[in-house]
Amino acid sequence: MEKYLYIALFAPLVSSLFAALFTATPKKLFTGIIASLLIFTSFVASSILLAYILKGGEPIHVEMMTWMATGDLYIPFGFVVDQVSVTMMMVVTLVSTIVHIYSIGYMDHDKGFNRFFAWLSAFVFSMMILVMSDNYAGLFIGWEGVGLCSWGLIGFWFHKESATWAANEAFIMNRIADLGMLIGIFLVYWNTGTLQYDGAFAAFAHLDTATLTWIGIFLFIGAMGKSAQFPLHTWLADAMEGPTPVSALIHAATMVTAGVYLVIRSNELYSMIPNVGLFIASLGAFVALFAASMALVNRDMKRIIAYSTLSQLGYMFAAAGLGAYWVALFHLMAHAFFKALLFLGAGNVMHAMHDELDPFKMGGLKKAMKWTWIMMTIASLALAGIFPFAGFFSKDTILEAAFAEHHMVIYGVLLFTAGLTAFYSFRLVALIFHGEERYKIFGIHPHEAYRFMLIAMSPLLILAMIAGVLQEPFFNMIEEILSAHEYHIHSHVTLWIMLVGTQVFVALAILYAYKKYANSKITVPDGTSAIENSFMYKLLYNQYYIPYFYEEYLVKPYREISDIFWNKVDMKIVDASVDGIAGIIYGTGERTRDMQSGNLSTMLKWMVVGLVGLLSLAVVFGLAVRYSDKIVPVLSGLGVM
Amino acid sequence: MEIGLNHYLVLSTILFAIGLVGVMKRKNLLLLFFATEILLNSVNIAFAAISHYYGDLTGQMFAFFVIAIAASEVAVGLGLLIVWHKRHGTIDLDTMTSMKG
Repeated sequence: MEKYLYIALFAPLVSSLFAALFTATPKKLFTGIIASLLIFTSFVASSILLAYILKGGEPIHVEMMTWMATGDLYIPFGFVVDQVSVTMMMVVTLVSTIVHIYSIGYMDHDKGFNRFFAWLSAFVFSMMILVMSDNYAGLFIGWEGVGLCSWGLIGFWFHKESATWAANEAFIMNRIADLGMLIGIFLVYWNTGTLQYDGAFAAFAHLDTATLTWIGIFLFIGAMGKSAQFPLHTWLADAMEGPTPVSALIHAATMVTAGVYLVIRSNELYSMIPNVGLFIASLGAFVALFAASMALVNRDMKRIIAYSTLSQLGYMFAAAGLGAYWVALFHLMAHAFFKALLFLGAGNVMHAMHDELDPFKMGGLKKAMKWTWIMMTIASLALAGIFPFAGFFSKDTILEAAFAEHHMVIYGVLLFTAGLTAFYSFRLVALIFHGEERYKIFGIHPHEAYRFMLIAMSPLLILAMIAGVLQEPFFNMIEEILSAHEYHIHSHVTLWIMLVGTQVFVALAILYAYKKYANSKITVPDGTSAIENSFMYKLLYNQYYIPYFYEEYLVKPYREISDIFWNKVDMKIVDASVDGIAGIIYGTGERTRDMQSGNLSTMLKWMVVGLVGLLSLAVVFGLAVRYSDKIVPVLSGLGVM
Repeated sequence: MEIGLNHYLVLSTILFAIGLVGVMKRKNLLLLFFATEILLNSVNIAFAAISHYYGDLTGQMFAFFVIAIAASEVAVGLGLLIVWHKRHGTIDLDTMTSMKG
C-alpha cells in the first residue's frame, strides 16, 4: 500500500516538473495531456487507498526520510493515510483531474499554456503534502506551497496590473496569518517537544487549558488566513483575477478548505477547548451571513461565487467549531464538488461571453448553452441545499448539529443564510440563463464549450447530484477517527418541521429570485435606480467598505511610514554608514596609491619605514610587558582599565 | 680595553645602518646587492658574537645558513641583472618600473 501512497503523492510533482520543462516554449498540447494523465494516476492511487481504508485497513503511516534531526528536534518527512486524509486526497485529486482536463480546453488559446500546467500540478503536489503529512512541519510546507502556487496562478496573467495586485494581496494576507500559524506550531513544539500529530495530541492531555487555548487560537489564525475568514477575507474575492479553472480548484474546492482541514485534523486539541470552538463556530456563522450578504448585490459573476465559497467555508467552520468535525469534512467534500462545477460552468459562460463578467449583460443564454445551463442550475440547487442534491445532506446536517447542540443563534443565522444562498445563487442563474438576450446589444455570439470540457465536468455533476448517498458510508468510515456522533433531534415532529421548513424557505427564496430576475424587464443597471442609491445596497456593493478601510487606514499609513523609514533611516543612517565605510577604504587607497609607483627604490624606502615601524612596536610592547606591574596601577588610577 | 659583546653588537648595528642607507639611496642595482650583502653580514656578526658569548653554537650555525642563502641569492640576482642589462642596456633602478600598478 505504501507504493500507492508514494504514487499518489509524487505523480503531481512529476507532472509539474514535466510541464515546467516546456514553460519557455509555445503551447504544446501534450503537456496538458500528460499532466492530466499523471494527476489521474494520482487519483487512481488515492482511490485504491480509499478502497483499502474502506475495507477496514489500518491507516498507513510511512516515514520517507529524516528532514531535521538536531538535538531533541526530530522532524521526518512522514506521511499518513487515514480516514481524514484519504477523504481530502480523494477530493483534491478528483477535482484537480477534472480541472486539468477542463483547462486543456479553457486555456486553449493562451500563450502560457505549458506554464499553467506546471503551476497547477505544483499546486496539487503541495496540497497533497498538506493533507498527507503526519506532522505540523510537513503541513506547513504544504501550506506555504499552496500559497505560493496560488500566488503564481492568481497572477498568471501578470501583464494585468489588477492580477499582480490581487496575487500579492493574497500572498501578503496569507503571510500575516501564517505568522499566527507559525507561532502556534512553535507553541506546540515548545510544550510537547514534538510536531507529530499523534505524539502532540497525546501530550496535549497533560497541558493546562490556558496553553491549549493559546495553541488553538494561533493555529486558528493560520486557518483564518488560508480559508479567508473575517477579517482576512478580502483576498478571496480579488483572487478571482486568476483563470477560472484556478478559481474552481484552488479558491473553491481545495486550498481554501485547508483551514477547515487544519481544525478537523487538530480536533483532539479543539475538543479540549470548547471556548475556542465556540468562537470558531460563531465566527463561521458570522462569515456565512456576512459573505452571503455581499453576494446579494454583486455584479461580477465570479465574485458572487467567491462570496458563496466564503459563506460555505463559514458553514464548515461553524460545524467544526461545534465539534461536528465529520459534518464539516462532509460539507467540505460535497461543497468541493458542486462549487467546482459552478465555477467551471462560469468559466464556460466567460468563454462564451468573451470574458464578460457582469451577469446583467448576459441573459437568455440557456438556448446557446444548454448543458452549461443544466450543470449550473443543478450545482446551484445543490448549493442551495435542495433535496436530494449534495448540499441538502451536508448543509442540513450542519443546521441539525447547531440545533442539537442548542446554539440557537448560530442555528438561526445559518438558516437565514441558507435562504440568502438560495436567493443569490438563483439570481445569478436567472440573470445569466433566463430572460431577454441582453448580450445582443454588445454584439456577442455565444457558443457552448468544447464537448470534452463538458464531459470532463460530468463526474462533478453526478457527484453534486448523488453525493448525499455517500453520507452513510462516509460516516461509518470517519467515526473510526473523529469523535463522530450522529445528531438526532429527539422529537421526530421537530425534525420534520425543520427539514420541511428549511426546504420551503429555500424554495421560496429560489422562486423569488426567479420572479425578480428571470423576467424580460431586467436591464443593465446604470446607477440611477432607487435601490442602487439606497444605503444598504451601497454598503453591500462596496463590501462593507472593508477594502476601502484597509486601503485608507492600513495600506496608506504603512506606505507613509515606509517612506519615512526609507528616506530618514535607510538612506540617512544605514546607507550612509555603509557608504561611509566604503568611502574611507576607497579614499585611503586613493591617497596611498602613490606608494605603489613601481620604482624599486621607492618601495625599498617604504619597506624600511615598515620595518622601523614594526621594530618600534616590538620595542614598545617589550617594554610594556617588562614594566606592566608599574603601568597597570597608573592606568587603573586613570580609570582606563 | 678588552673587546666585549657590546662592541660587536655596536659594529653590527653600524654596518646594518650603512646597509639600510645603501638600500634606500643606491640607484645602481649592483650596488644594491652590495648593500644587501652588508645587511646580511652585519647580522652574521651579531649572530657569531652572541653565539660565542653564550657558548651556544646555534647562532654560528645560523650565520652559515645566512651565508649559504646569501650566496645563492646573489647567484640568482646576478643572473637576472645580466639578463636585464642585455635587454635594456642599463641597471639603473629608476628604469625598472614595469611593475607599476
